[in-house]
Amino acid sequence: MKWIEKIGLGLFLIGLIAFIVIPFFGKYTLSEELVLTNTKNIHQEKMDEILSPIYGQEFSSNLAFLSAFGENFNTYNDSLKSQQLWDQVIWDDYSFPLAKAALQSPVRENPWLYFGFSIGLAVLGGFLYNFRQHSGESAGIKNNGIFHSSLKNKGLIGMLTGSFLILFYIVLYWYPAYLVNLVWMVDPISEFLSGNPASQWFLYGLIYTLAIIVMGVRMFRKYRGNKYQQLRTASVMFFQTAFAFLIPEILVLLNQPYFDFKNIWPLDYDFFYDYQIATFLSGGGVGMFMLIWGILLIIVGVPVFTYFFGKRWYCSWVCGCGGLAETVGDPFRQLSDKSVKAWKYERWIIHGVLVLAVLMTALTIANYFSGFSFLGNVTNQLHSFYGFAIGSAFAGVVGTGFYPFMGNRVWCRFGCPLAAYLGIVQRFKSRFRITTNGGQCISCGNCSTYCEMGIDVRWYAQRGQNIVRSSCVGCGVCSAVCPRGVLKLENGPEENRINELPIIIGNNSIKINL
Amino acid sequence: MSQTRHVVIIGNGISGVTCARHLRKLDSGVRITLISGESKYFFSRTALMYVFMGHMKFEHTQPYENHFWEKNRIDLKEAWVSKVDFGNKFVVFTSGEKLTYDTLVIATGSKPNKFGWPGQDLKGVQGLYSKQDLELMEQITQSGVSRAVIVGGGLIGIEMAEMLAYKKIPVTFLVREKGFWDILLPKEESDLVGRHILEHHIDLRLATELKEILPDEKGRVRSVITSTGEEIPCQFVGLTAGVTPNIDFLRSTELEVDRGVKIDAFFRTNIPDVYAIGDCAEFEKAPASDRRKIEQVWYTGRMHGETLAYNLCNNPVPYQPGVWFNSAKFLDIEYQTYGTVPPTWDESQIKSFYWEHASGKVCFRMLMDKEGRILAVNNFGFRLRHEFFDQAIHEKWSGEKVISRLEKANFDPEFFAPYYIEIQMAFKKEFGGNFHPAKRSFIQKLFGASV
Repeated sequence: MKWIEKIGLGLFLIGLIAFIVIPFFGKYTLSEELVLTNTKNIHQEKMDEILSPIYGQEFSSNLAFLSAFGENFNTYNDSLKSQQLWDQVIWDDYSFPLAKAALQSPVRENPWLYFGFSIGLAVLGGFLYNFRQHSGESAGIKNNGIFHSSLKNKGLIGMLTGSFLILFYIVLYWYPAYLVNLVWMVDPISEFLSGNPASQWFLYGLIYTLAIIVMGVRMFRKYRGNKYQQLRTASVMFFQTAFAFLIPEILVLLNQPYFDFKNIWPLDYDFFYDYQIATFLSGGGVGMFMLIWGILLIIVGVPVFTYFFGKRWYCSWVCGCGGLAETVGDPFRQLSDKSVKAWKYERWIIHGVLVLAVLMTALTIANYFSGFSFLGNVTNQLHSFYGFAIGSAFAGVVGTGFYPFMGNRVWCRFGCPLAAYLGIVQRFKSRFRITTNGGQCISCGNCSTYCEMGIDVRWYAQRGQNIVRSSCVGCGVCSAVCPRGVLKLENGPEENRINELPIIIGNNSIKINL
Repeated sequence: MSQTRHVVIIGNGISGVTCARHLRKLDSGVRITLISGESKYFFSRTALMYVFMGHMKFEHTQPYENHFWEKNRIDLKEAWVSKVDFGNKFVVFTSGEKLTYDTLVIATGSKPNKFGWPGQDLKGVQGLYSKQDLELMEQITQSGVSRAVIVGGGLIGIEMAEMLAYKKIPVTFLVREKGFWDILLPKEESDLVGRHILEHHIDLRLATELKEILPDEKGRVRSVITSTGEEIPCQFVGLTAGVTPNIDFLRSTELEVDRGVKIDAFFRTNIPDVYAIGDCAEFEKAPASDRRKIEQVWYTGRMHGETLAYNLCNNPVPYQPGVWFNSAKFLDIEYQTYGTVPPTWDESQIKSFYWEHASGKVCFRMLMDKEGRILAVNNFGFRLRHEFFDQAIHEKWSGEKVISRLEKANFDPEFFAPYYIEIQMAFKKEFGGNFHPAKRSFIQKLFGASV
């Protein structure tokens, strides 16, 4: 490691530590005024009453404040719940807006300074660490030492990294009130982009995008000499930055609905929720365009693009989850399970999620058109269950937190309903396949080892069989790491695409297809 | 004893395993036992270097999951065979245990050549062929090796150099010939590889041989003396001057052996029901004019295995290999070949077309007969399609036809530089021809995929 990489790593770690410490800064003081401005009209009176005991009290940390808040709030709610007065229970979570409002901290005073010290240093450090990787080496495969690395082979550092990611996702999804310092820190950026204060989701979107960009630079270096890898990395960096992050914020600035034009149902599982539909319908021409665009992507975009290019057009060129997996997750791709057993689980789970998403959406739409007479508010329960179990726990906590344990595509492989839909098209009606180069395979196993989707690529390659698998996201790494030039991602005629009984050429004694 | 035939295969490398798998597919009744003392489960020998360099774990080199063998009723016996009683049809393991057979297949592979160099059995001196060799090399290079010397310029030698480079151990590479692997590569290709070796900071010494290996007081290698009289201090010596059939335990028996186990075109030895395949087998007559009597590559091992399995279950057919092909990777440069390109040729009989990219890392050679029909190709630094050349060479296409269709032969990933366009232009300039070189596609222009 040269000095510049060492400095980069050092800066990154300082930034990371700052990011972990900053949430605990500052003091929290609540007042009646803050409660009234941050609660809904119907709850104002009650919340005022519940929280009045802590008005004017100064809490020295988020932990102290949120515990006092919780105590008062829960006492009220729990007594109502025990009396089964469900309609009087306050279901809204006011901890985040009130903590954000009650905070007095140097972070809130000087957001840019703290942003620079945490996220800024981490990004700068990450960039310095990455931008010269493998300089002075000739272009080629850079997998040296991966299984001797503690981070990349489930060693202590890997375990710690995974645990940190899991913890971060749990706090982000269910306890965002602890992160208000970090949210204040990115407030100016949010104000600049959308004219609105930042939420925890803005913070998350920003970190997510920066992570893809910094680790995208690493991909450019690692795959020097491989145009396919470089182009698709540039593509996911672009789609994340422009489509997932900037455009939705700018739309809000222009008084239009927040919308990610590349997110597709059923990954975008709330696309047909009543409040989304209402937003589209009240959004004028632009809202209507979004609704039609979203539907066209589902019924025309997915089948047509997948027919011509395979599901890779989305999963490893456009998708945000895929973007993170292919950049931040690339160091962990070798940890996916290649066993037949894992494949069996994969098919049950991912198609189960697809069925669940479709059922939920069908009920939602039926309910919507029946004017909510069909199921009433039951769909809301369904939505919160799906949002909790799939949207947050599976896609977030497991999907990213498990990178260092199960590889970088856990969500995409086992959970993503859109991947399942794309996969069905890819398997049964597509021109895409990975071809194997005659008899050249030496069964070395690099392809299978580095397949992030856990496909045993070698199984096919050594029998000279095309690889046509619904899960393949077409990342092209099997082809890149093959030392004998055996694998090629190709779009071609459907005829003979699936060859169940391949013949390995080169032996004229017998022509066996076993 | 049941009526089922018991086929015992000694050796679970690619030929033995392929034979066992195909036997099972052709005959669900036959009892199959696969013996190996090296490793219970089949692994890809060619991938050992990747385990050393941390690209893979050893289990990743195993092409089949462990339950595969039980499911296919292939019994695995992890033991070394010490001798075979051909008369009474049983093998004896080093433990003294015996196993009877009805049919015996010898597929024991190779072992590294040692040419009687003084000091060749010192500690720190080894070849690289088996799983045990890998483990030994991992152990020895763990610490205390400040320089290594590799003797013999072949594929294993360059792999070993790459492995040592991963451990940041400086390597001196002694190659007897005047060019790297020039017993198999024409001069230009040999030079290309030689340049790339130097680019990787490997101290390549051409036309230099090993004379002697000197020990320190603990019986470990201290230095080597080369044919130029130079003494090179080193703590590790890799002997990679080729391999030889691993059949010592079969010598001085009624089995006829020479360098390898002597077989006919049906893999039959001089003893009924005893066959030999793979690296350890030596044909009475080379299987084709461009083949050797001993075939020591992965692909031929596989073909021997599948052909013998067929022969054990059907009317035997003679082994008849198709168009030769092979591949390798020299550090970062991939190499493929289709048909046989010799290192030198008679220019009155054979026409050669050679193109090399300005980078000096990508090249293409096509040999043609006097009538201009394709004989063979070498390609370095880019990928070509096996099927295309298998057909072209088999059907004796004209060189012009091959080059005019080269775009179809390209096997590089999408968006890669279209070298075939430059090759087409170079061919047209040198040999003429009634075709138009391909044009860069819109996408290729857009993303700057230039050669």
